[in-house]
Amino acid sequence: MLELRKDIFADERDDNLKEIGKGTQRQDMLGHVTGTSTYFDDHKLQGMLHLKVLRSPHAHARLRRIDTMEAERSPGVRRIIRGADVPVNLNTLLSLINFGKDDEPSLAVDKVRYKGEPIVAIVADSPREAFEALAKVRVDYEPLPAVFDVEEALKSGAPVVNETYPKNTFVYHDVYDHQKLRFGDVERGFAEADHVLEQRYQMSPIEHAPTETNGSIAAPDTNGRYVVYTSTQALFFSLDTCAKILDVPSNTFHFIGGTVGGGFGGKVDTLTEPLAILGAMLTGRPVRYQLGREEEMQFGSPRGAERIYIKDGVMRDGRIVARKIRAYFDSGAYTRLSSYAVVKCVAHLPGPYTIPNVHGDVYCVFTNRTPATAMRGFGVTAMDFALECQMDKLAHLVGIDPMEFRILNAYRDGDMKAHRREAKNTALIECVQVAAEKAKWPLREEIKRMSSRKDGGGSRAAISPTPLEPVPQRAAVSQQRTTYDRAPAAAVQPPPPTPAPPPPRPPASSPSHGATRFSSVFGTRRR
Amino acid sequence: MARHRGRGIASINYPIGMNLGGDPSQALVHSNPSGKFTVSLSSIDLGQGMKSVTRQICAETLGVPVEDVYVDTADSDTGPHCMGSFASRGTHRVGNAVMAAAKEARGVMMEAAAEELEVNAADLETDGRGNIHVKGAPHRSISTKDVAIAAQFKQGKTISGRGIFLVPLSEVNPETGEMSPATCYAHACLVAEVEVDDETGEVAMVRMDSAYELGRALNPRLVEQQLVGGAWMGVSHALFETPEPYYPDPAHGPRDFVEYLMPGPGDICPHDIAVLERPAADGPFGAKGPGEMCANPVLPAVANAIFNAVGVRMDELPITPEKVLRAIKAQGGARPQARR
Repeated sequence: MLELRKDIFADERDDNLKEIGKGTQRQDMLGHVTGTSTYFDDHKLQGMLHLKVLRSPHAHARLRRIDTMEAERSPGVRRIIRGADVPVNLNTLLSLINFGKDDEPSLAVDKVRYKGEPIVAIVADSPREAFEALAKVRVDYEPLPAVFDVEEALKSGAPVVNETYPKNTFVYHDVYDHQKLRFGDVERGFAEADHVLEQRYQMSPIEHAPTETNGSIAAPDTNGRYVVYTSTQALFFSLDTCAKILDVPSNTFHFIGGTVGGGFGGKVDTLTEPLAILGAMLTGRPVRYQLGREEEMQFGSPRGAERIYIKDGVMRDGRIVARKIRAYFDSGAYTRLSSYAVVKCVAHLPGPYTIPNVHGDVYCVFTNRTPATAMRGFGVTAMDFALECQMDKLAHLVGIDPMEFRILNAYRDGDMKAHRREAKNTALIECVQVAAEKAKWPLREEIKRMSSRKDGGGSRAAISPTPLEPVPQRAAVSQQRTTYDRAPAAAVQPPPPTPAPPPPRPPASSPSHGATRFSSVFGTRRR
Repeated sequence: MARHRGRGIASINYPIGMNLGGDPSQALVHSNPSGKFTVSLSSIDLGQGMKSVTRQICAETLGVPVEDVYVDTADSDTGPHCMGSFASRGTHRVGNAVMAAAKEARGVMMEAAAEELEVNAADLETDGRGNIHVKGAPHRSISTKDVAIAAQFKQGKTISGRGIFLVPLSEVNPETGEMSPATCYAHACLVAEVEVDDETGEVAMVRMDSAYELGRALNPRLVEQQLVGGAWMGVSHALFETPEPYYPDPAHGPRDFVEYLMPGPGDICPHDIAVLERPAADGPFGAKGPGEMCANPVLPAVANAIFNAVGVRMDELPITPEKVLRAIKAQGGARPQARR
């Protein structure tokens, strides 16, 4: 049951609107309830072929030899695709915003870094024939020691998961193996605190489990273009990723999607589109590539695991005076989006509370498991679990009601947040008060009268003196940077005002088109 | 052996939009000669109702009935650029882009109407039912359909608009983490009541009470759908789900819905929700985004409720019966805390 509390913050709203605030039936309801909404897989195209991939049975192994001779002769096989056939095999998703280094192949060439990593793709007349041919591919593996624990992976002598990041961590600002947050002096805070509590929290990976698994259908279109029906939850993100991997201008592709059978973050990775399109390029036929349920569960990327250590200093009266956090995001074998989640997590610390001394170190760690990716609450869900379990323990420790404890520490308008921006438009106190009312949880009158709009700012807007560690010498700026570097203004060519006529399809063996590429995310820039 | 009840709470906030790399979305709005409007997007509707809220935003801004607007998405040939549907950015970023496009289209529509009515456009208003009339003189009126016909066939005007909303890149300070990660935040507090069986370690949900603050409930029924479903996902995350049940040991991974555990219809509990609306200064009609954050308070609230019920702290997710039972045994039995 849902109740709209129009009485709260009423003075900040105009409620005399005609369409906003109405429970209008959704535009796509009729299609959904009658089963006529069109999903990507409803496009059954004439002559459509099916693509399946061979996946590694090892978590970490060198690929000594891949023999596809017998598979090539298998009935129904149209084309076998290997890493060498992918124009730009190595990619990282956030290269679209110049964040991180290319670290993940579409098809493994020298090494596999997680169980389930794709090695060879086979395009055949039917899914069954593709699977039968896959069974005939012979791969000579040399198993390597694997690492699965984030803290083990950071120890010296741990197996190197991903050679792009030889220390098994993403590199921030070209120099750090983690993203820092420094606000005030936590050590002084701990020294002043009546109680100090340090705890460890662990979240396991979680699968998105969408009803519709990841997939796409790519087909040659007229004038050298390709139409792609896709389940992506980020149309241009996927389109630009494919343009990079397949080394063609972005207007080679006509992506169509928009109705998706559940995403939750698991359909940003562009898992199927590049190979489906490459299959269509190499065969001249429509190609469908959709993950099966087991592939989606085990080898489609999950929400990554996180290990979190929290150390808090709290006063007898309930004020939290220091919070120190060390967290490890398990990115799996490749970066995908975990590097981004770390920064988002750092910005989220120390939760929606005003704490004068906050210290955070958050790591993006590589292990030999399925690469993690975005999921609902990305970078925040596990941290909120840890923070709120910790809040409950602190309240228990000082003997204060857990609702009151949160209201006492809640951030208010005008307070300074740990990422050094003023808190505005806050409403945590009101949420706690209303939830208490709903749950018939008694609060003292004084607590009920508190407000997000009162008593913030002032000394709560101050930034305490913050000791910083010495800044290490930066290595020469690497090829890509941790905040995206735009090309110098003179080198930027504005995108054409109208779509240019599609260029003739480049022959398969044509060289790369040069040092710049067009990204509809950030325009043309130098690589 | 007994079943013990307990209550736990959690309160959270959540950033709206991407915090890294700049965060743009675009929209195009145009009218056909019958006065029906199309919103062209490349954004994705994941089932959350993005098409529907952008449709309402467009109708409200244009001043036409919602039935006169259709949202077309997602096609890379016709829809302008959007980063994608993630990071709770759909309603806020795409909504703002649609609002900007609809404002521009409305400007042309009012000019065209003014020409037909031979008045100043500033003296006109829409009635939200498909008519434009002179303020204070409803009889001096023209339908949006007639305006569209006149614009197309007589005046040679295109009733259309372009919109973009961009939150620029925020640099992150390497030493302090100083940054501008988001422009607004949604808030929530949730109370979970559970029943823990100290013989089997099973945790059953009894009820949930919650308050969510999300700027503006653009469509309260879609908000309800998000909050009910999202909280339910939170329960599932708290008590059931993982593809690696013995993490970091990767063994025993589930392969299908028989092995990957999630709550079933029999596990559903009542959930009483209050929605608060404190409009965000830069939200479309003040809206933030309810989508992602609604699951987050459930996980710790459930863990805290288990502590209240049997006195064990569950610091590792998911909180399976095996983990609960081991913890109770290690403690030497259930220790119910003060009822609250």
